[in-house]
Amino acid sequence: MMRFLLLFSRQGKIRLQKWFLPLGEREKKKIIRDMTTMVLARKPRTCNFLHWKDLKIVYKRYASLYFCCGLEEEDNELLALEVLHRYVELLDKYFGNVCELDIIFNFEKAYFILDEFLMGGEVQETSKQSIAKSIEASDMLQETMEEYMSKPAF
Amino acid sequence: MAPSVCLQEMIRVIRSARTQGEERGVIQRECAAIRAQFRQADSGGRSHNLAKLLYVHMLGYPAHFGQMECVRMIASPRYSEKRIGYLGAMMLLDEKQDASLLITNSIKNDLSHSSQYIQSLALCTLACMGSAEMCRDLAPEIERLLKASNSYIKKKAALCAVHIVRKIPELGELFTPSAHSLLSDKNHGVLHGAVVLITELCERNPGNLDEFRKAVPELVQIMKGLVTSGYSPEHNVAGISDPFLQVRVLRLLRILGRNNDEASDAMNDLLAQVATNTDSSKTAGSAVLYETVLTIMDIKSESGLRVLAVNILGRFLLNNDRNIRYISMTSLQKIVQTDHTAVQRHRGTIVDCLKDQDASVKRRALELSLALVSAANIRSMMKELLRFLSTCPPELRSHATSGIFNAAERYAPSQRWHIDTILHVLITAGGDVRDETVPNLIQLISVASELHCYTVHKLYRALISDISQQSLVQVACWCIGEYGDLLLKGDCDEIEPMQVTEDDVLDVLETILQSHMSSPTSRGFALTAIMKLSTRITNNIDRIRSVVSIYGSCIDVELQQRAVEYNALFKKYDHMRAAVLERMPIMDKNSPGHANGDPSGEITKDLIQTTPIQGLLIQEPASQVCDLLDLLGETNTSSQANQNQVNTTSNSTSSSVQENLLDLLGGLEPTPAPNVTVYEKGGVNLKLQCDNQTETAITVTFTASNSTQSDITSFTLQAAVPKSVQLQMKAPSGDVIPAQGRGTVTQTILLNNPNKASLKMRVRLSYTSQGTLCQDMVQIDSFPSPAWN
Repeated sequence: MMRFLLLFSRQGKIRLQKWFLPLGEREKKKIIRDMTTMVLARKPRTCNFLHWKDLKIVYKRYASLYFCCGLEEEDNELLALEVLHRYVELLDKYFGNVCELDIIFNFEKAYFILDEFLMGGEVQETSKQSIAKSIEASDMLQETMEEYMSKPAF
Repeated sequence: MAPSVCLQEMIRVIRSARTQGEERGVIQRECAAIRAQFRQADSGGRSHNLAKLLYVHMLGYPAHFGQMECVRMIASPRYSEKRIGYLGAMMLLDEKQDASLLITNSIKNDLSHSSQYIQSLALCTLACMGSAEMCRDLAPEIERLLKASNSYIKKKAALCAVHIVRKIPELGELFTPSAHSLLSDKNHGVLHGAVVLITELCERNPGNLDEFRKAVPELVQIMKGLVTSGYSPEHNVAGISDPFLQVRVLRLLRILGRNNDEASDAMNDLLAQVATNTDSSKTAGSAVLYETVLTIMDIKSESGLRVLAVNILGRFLLNNDRNIRYISMTSLQKIVQTDHTAVQRHRGTIVDCLKDQDASVKRRALELSLALVSAANIRSMMKELLRFLSTCPPELRSHATSGIFNAAERYAPSQRWHIDTILHVLITAGGDVRDETVPNLIQLISVASELHCYTVHKLYRALISDISQQSLVQVACWCIGEYGDLLLKGDCDEIEPMQVTEDDVLDVLETILQSHMSSPTSRGFALTAIMKLSTRITNNIDRIRSVVSIYGSCIDVELQQRAVEYNALFKKYDHMRAAVLERMPIMDKNSPGHANGDPSGEITKDLIQTTPIQGLLIQEPASQVCDLLDLLGETNTSSQANQNQVNTTSNSTSSSVQENLLDLLGGLEPTPAPNVTVYEKGGVNLKLQCDNQTETAITVTFTASNSTQSDITSFTLQAAVPKSVQLQMKAPSGDVIPAQGRGTVTQTILLNNPNKASLKMRVRLSYTSQGTLCQDMVQIDSFPSPAWN
């Protein structure tokens, strides 16, 4: 299973953090620090896999954001690259040409999309269309409710 | 109360803060406003307040006061509030917080909600942060949802069940029946969830394996469907149909086929099909192939399939994509022990990867290369490894040097080659060599007696160009001290002659003594070397005397002590200086760890206690010589010989201590241990010889000889001992026994018998003689040594 998924910028600011394992605040901060240091120190044309403690770290850079996840021993690193890529595709489809600012200002939506794609550290749904439909339906549900209560969304 | 800004406005304000202090200020104001709003229980903007709080939390600021708000939001009937409430629960609450228990009831209610999206929120949250108690409470609900007709809910329930099983493995029983039936669903999401659930159930409880092995045909069908199906737009990734599902199915097949012939047979064809048909030009295909290879290597597959798998890994090694090269090397590392010959075929490519730019790839290539070194390829491999060492990144250097030393020690074709290799490593990377290698190297050099001249010349030349590498300095000083006379003689066969004067040598040693680059150990080595030279040179003894007396007042206590004692050697004990500083006898490598000072201490005590005072003259110098030997034994790490011999003498009876002491100066002759024939059949004769190192450690040497007309090849010995005894087999001297007793094969085995159990050994021989393979077994019940009494 995936233990965590982090998104951070080139300056090391965290944009999204999803933990699939219960950890204390200090541990989480330490992991974030270690990940950002290790990944940002990597040179451009090196491989996307690292070893950290007993975990395999897979990272990929998309424009100004680094997507970094920690895997257990049995997990397939190449597939993890595909998982990260699928998540980016989902974000791209939802926001239309997604960029870092979209994720900053709509972080809660990024989380909602992630929660439709991964659960408990595993892939939940392998079809892009299916996920996109669910998100759309949830958003409709939210807006309908909001319209009903005649209050604006966030 | 200022009207609260919406989320995006707040984010904008925070981002425009120019300093950390300004940001803190903004956040404090916002948090105060949010807290006030929470207290008001205003039903209007609750969700966006919580969203703001979550943003602040992500920036790293404390947000615990939002926990109760999350609980309240989750209980709200409105979807937007539930959504953000559950998100808050996942971010702020974890099983360690008390508030997490409060949401159990809400989750329970939401699991039976009419809207599937609300059900999904509850399932997701439970799977993310559900504690053991929560899981126990809600497991029956989840089990019910596994049988729902809605695939959207089924797939989520399956992954939620996975989380529950991880938390409380016993609850796995609850999900086992439903898990199996989920495999017949057509929806890929449900299938994926089912496969993950079954994987988790099998990993947690091996008892489930038999149950789920029945599903192997079904899984094989699913895979076949995916591999052979045409283009499916919904699941296609770079030409592969649903790689996520394929990889998970392969992983499950691996677990089911492990150690089980029947299951492995059932999947053989499928694995061959996947291995040959999958297009690996993109990452998705490579991921599937990678998983296939891992599965093939782990189950009981036929040899043809294994070869196919190793070839795929070999192909990966040549791939342009660095990730794929890295992956293939990690996999090859796992199988290099079991499929050694297959991996050897790709040795060339692996060695090329040593030159890759990427540090991770280099590390993998180094480990693999070291694992692939064998007697046949040692020369070419060592060339490559030494070339690698000169361009090696610093973090890999010490690993590389110890790997090289190990390989050199195991497979050195000749002593000269071995010493050359050691010198090369010391010169290139002496600073990264691990400390314990220095005594090993010194021992090695002392054993190669014909090469002393050559070695000392080469070391001297390396030393005059660079004195910064401490290991090199230490080994070189020791050699110059021991073999200085050979150095000064000037001529040496294998190296071009260079005139070295006594002044040159003393200059170098003094430079090392005075240099601030030298570590205290190196300076100790240098001082002792200078002292030893006093018996090996003729003209500059006064110079040595003055150096030694200067260091008598050195600040470093170690050096001071040495200098003072060497001074004493010059003054009062000049008559024994030659004897004390004589060449050291060859050291025995296999002596087990002995305490640094104790054996010598024992000897001194024995001397004082047991030996009658036969004459003060004889007694005094002997004990003081012993003190000096103590000194050389304790403080000079290289004189293991003294310690070793002192150790063995302290084992023998104390009455002969005086004789043994004199023996120390001459050299001990080990009493030969009895040699017993344990096996004699078909012209093969196996002899056994025992040496007791200590009361619990014993070295057994088997010598095999061949009295038939033709050579015996592929000779191997396997040995088994009772459980309480530990056994370590050393590498045999070879596997060919020449005919007619012209040569022998020896195999050494180290045994450790801490419980002093009665020792028995069963030995199995296997060899090829005149084209036929022979195997035989012999049981050895009594060992020719009285040690066990």
